[in-house]
Amino acid sequence: MHGRPRKQPSLKEDNASIEKAAKLRSLQSLVLHNHQNKIYDKEALEVSSKLLELNPELYTAWNYRKLAVEHALLSEENSDTIRAILDEELKVVENALRRNFKSYGAWEHRKWVLRKEYSSVDQELRLLDQFQKADSRNFHAWNYRRFVAKLKNLPAEEELKYTTSMIESNFSNYSAWHNRSVILSHLLKENPQGLDSKHNVLKEEYDLVHQALFTDPDDQSGWFYHLWLLAQTAAPDAPSLISFWPAHGSDLVVSSNGSLPLILYFDQVVEGKAQAWMTYLKFPELGNNSSEVYTIEVSLGQVNGIISSSGSSLSLPLRFTFTTRVQSTPSEHSEGIVTMKMLSWKDEEFCRNEEVLQYFNPCILPSDLQRINKDCQQTTLKWKLETFTHEIALFRDLLLEMNWQLSCKLLKIGMLTLARLLLAHDALMLHNTTSVSQKANCKEILELLQDLMKLDPTHSRFYKDMLSIVLMEQMVSNRNSLEGYCWYYGTSTSSLTQNIICLRLNNLSLSRIGSFEHLLWVQMIDLRGNELRSIEGLEVLQRLTCLNLSHNNLISFTALAPLRLLSSLKVLDISHNEIGAHSIDTTRYLCSSLLSQSAGDGCNLDEYAINNVDIAKYWEAVLVFKGLQLTQLDVVGNAVSDDDKFSLLLVKILPKLKWLDGNAVY
Amino acid sequence: MMGDLEVEKHVQFVLSVEKKKDDFESVAMEHIRINGAYWGLTTLDLLGKLGVVDQDEVISWIMKCQDESGGFGGNIGHDPHIMYTLSAVQVLALYDKLDVLDIDKVSSYVSGLQNEDGSFSGDIWGEIDTRFSYIAICCLSILGRLEKLNVQKAVAYIVSCKNMDGGFGCTPGGESHSGQIFCCVAALAITGSLHHIDKDLLGWWLCERQVKSGGLNGRPEKLPDVCYSWWVLSSLIIIDRVHWIDKEKLAAFILNCQDKENGGISDRPEDAVDVFHTFFGVAGLSLLEYPGVKAIDPAYALPVDVVDRIFIGRR
Repeated sequence: MHGRPRKQPSLKEDNASIEKAAKLRSLQSLVLHNHQNKIYDKEALEVSSKLLELNPELYTAWNYRKLAVEHALLSEENSDTIRAILDEELKVVENALRRNFKSYGAWEHRKWVLRKEYSSVDQELRLLDQFQKADSRNFHAWNYRRFVAKLKNLPAEEELKYTTSMIESNFSNYSAWHNRSVILSHLLKENPQGLDSKHNVLKEEYDLVHQALFTDPDDQSGWFYHLWLLAQTAAPDAPSLISFWPAHGSDLVVSSNGSLPLILYFDQVVEGKAQAWMTYLKFPELGNNSSEVYTIEVSLGQVNGIISSSGSSLSLPLRFTFTTRVQSTPSEHSEGIVTMKMLSWKDEEFCRNEEVLQYFNPCILPSDLQRINKDCQQTTLKWKLETFTHEIALFRDLLLEMNWQLSCKLLKIGMLTLARLLLAHDALMLHNTTSVSQKANCKEILELLQDLMKLDPTHSRFYKDMLSIVLMEQMVSNRNSLEGYCWYYGTSTSSLTQNIICLRLNNLSLSRIGSFEHLLWVQMIDLRGNELRSIEGLEVLQRLTCLNLSHNNLISFTALAPLRLLSSLKVLDISHNEIGAHSIDTTRYLCSSLLSQSAGDGCNLDEYAINNVDIAKYWEAVLVFKGLQLTQLDVVGNAVSDDDKFSLLLVKILPKLKWLDGNAVY
Repeated sequence: MMGDLEVEKHVQFVLSVEKKKDDFESVAMEHIRINGAYWGLTTLDLLGKLGVVDQDEVISWIMKCQDESGGFGGNIGHDPHIMYTLSAVQVLALYDKLDVLDIDKVSSYVSGLQNEDGSFSGDIWGEIDTRFSYIAICCLSILGRLEKLNVQKAVAYIVSCKNMDGGFGCTPGGESHSGQIFCCVAALAITGSLHHIDKDLLGWWLCERQVKSGGLNGRPEKLPDVCYSWWVLSSLIIIDRVHWIDKEKLAAFILNCQDKENGGISDRPEDAVDVFHTFFGVAGLSLLEYPGVKAIDPAYALPVDVVDRIFIGRR
């Protein structure tokens, strides 16, 4: 029972309870009897109101009263009488609510009466005022308030004022802050009186939430409201392209009848589901010893479809070109890595070669595409940067001035908010300017997050994930740093053209990966020895051929779902993870699976049936691996691989497999 | 204080609730007895003790709760409602007895409650709530009749209830609440629509539900309560952010809420126990991979082996 102390009732209490129970039972039986026999006389109705006062949760009794009212209204045309009938219902509800103001059935009955449009708004607002004063967080009352406001078309400005008065009387009222965000979103959307108005509104909101944050830092209302304001400020108005592959001006070799991915990466989710758009260019089959050169131009205008969730279309048109040489005979220059022999990830297989890095084109956006056009965008950008700069200064001062005198909670939220502001500021700079000082805040962000891990150990892995994302971005988002992680696969003496760049991000204790927009070019990546539980987002690396995920914290095959979209993947190492060792799978639903509706992609497990293997036990592996072209797989060192039969299954699902756990497959 | 899970005592407690009929609480809860059956029987199944109850007796009683509309009431003689319909279907699923149902009839009742805007009413009287969206989606998915719904509209309605904090409310504009978030997240999971969720934003809100004692609350500034070990934890698992809380502290909080003398689990330490919190406590421990408790599926709220039997078996 909610909030009731655990104790054995005394004999006296027991008897009283049994007596009360007997009374309740007889009322309940009577009402159910009347309900079944459609008895709606005065006496019967009184029994039901007595019952509902005693047990407001009894939904069938509310249904019975609705039927009784409808029955009475059927033969009634006098509006005073109708009003009297409905007022009686409001009274029954009020009594029920005084017993239990969290009763869904009672509130709903009131809405049902109100919808008949005979009742006065004032009475409802008075009642609400009582309930909301008694419990300012009662979400039933707040829901009912929104219902009345909508039904009676109360002006949004008035409702906004109501939240202001609630907040000013007590900052610690998450429900009021929430309702404020709802009303403001609505007002900003419906009535945008120019940019200035939005900027002014948000400025006032920042001022209000600062008061809340600094007056009562233990209260979380301000935390979430501030983050919402930050998101409102940072939100890009129109989508823009931040990265793409193939790079502008690149020259690629494709084999006859081959294909090439074309990837567009936007700064936000555009129409539909994803930030990245991917497609394949298919090339024709050529006769022997011939070759063809194609120049391909990609032109993005304000095309239908590239629309943000807020409805804006692409900010500026963009055009890029590259050439492809299609050759009939496969050569080592061709796209994709030819894996004739088993690939080894040992350190001695890699070398640094400065000479070749000159030709390395990681497809970071050419600077002439990074310009900001249009005056209105300039104004907005200026406002965004000013707002962030102001907030950053405010939070820096707060932390500097008071530092360890602050309560732990204020310190925590102050540091986290500052880190978020700095991140938002840097992201804005990265995509909109060519300034060199764009990463000036990175060190400060990392320090804040490291301190937070110590300060708030309960959520340390939340900060750790954030830290990993920041670290990764620092490593790969500019060419200088990126080159430090790029190695050649092959020895320094072998012919360079045969070799391939491997992005080696091993043993960095990353718990999460990101910044994929900088990595669209990657064909080989070594992520072994990190703390990854997920590879979400990796699916945009369409050129990926070799992937090492060994010695991480992956717990299931469903965590590998992004691999299903990597049609070039040949070599995969997932050895020494925790696959099969856990009873609860945290990516079971992030993977479109047999358990969810999108399962309709026709996974026929029986196709892979093998004697004596319980295929249902391994359906996740089948789901992820079927259709992949893997030639080399390492899976040893996971709980799942202890079962010998599992190897048989893998060989069956992956017909192109040549090496499994270092052994040749026959 | 803390200690092991008192499996045997909790089994006895669940059985005693079923037999206890004469005190005020039992009578006041009679109208949701079918929910009680689901909570109690799922608890028993998670503890590996489903066999202690007479299956035929349960099933014949459940079927007596069905209305001619196809929907189920909370008890014999009570009106049908989508909430009790799901409990009936879940209990039958536990026993692998879905075939006793007229599946088309039950699924027509449920799909008939979908409104033009994609939302769902709880019954003919028209209360709308995203809880009912979850129930309809979960129920028809178990019955293999999801195609009877306009899933696209159902998803759009749920998304229209998303808030500034990444959570969800009962209706558009309603405040985020962990129970409501579970319903919306699980419904999006079942329909393969989790891309509508900002996992990092919602994950932060959810992980901040953990309070000093290790327990989870349902909204900011509220007291912790064992039932949120289910609502919050299952949502965090579905969006793969469960590592953002301290699992050991939460397990300790749940174990501390056990009545170690008479069995059962309460909302907070030293409060009175009930079957609702006993189920959510055991289910929470299951999600925390507590030894000896069967795994529960975070979206269907049924043991994983039951869910796999239904879906992998049906393939």
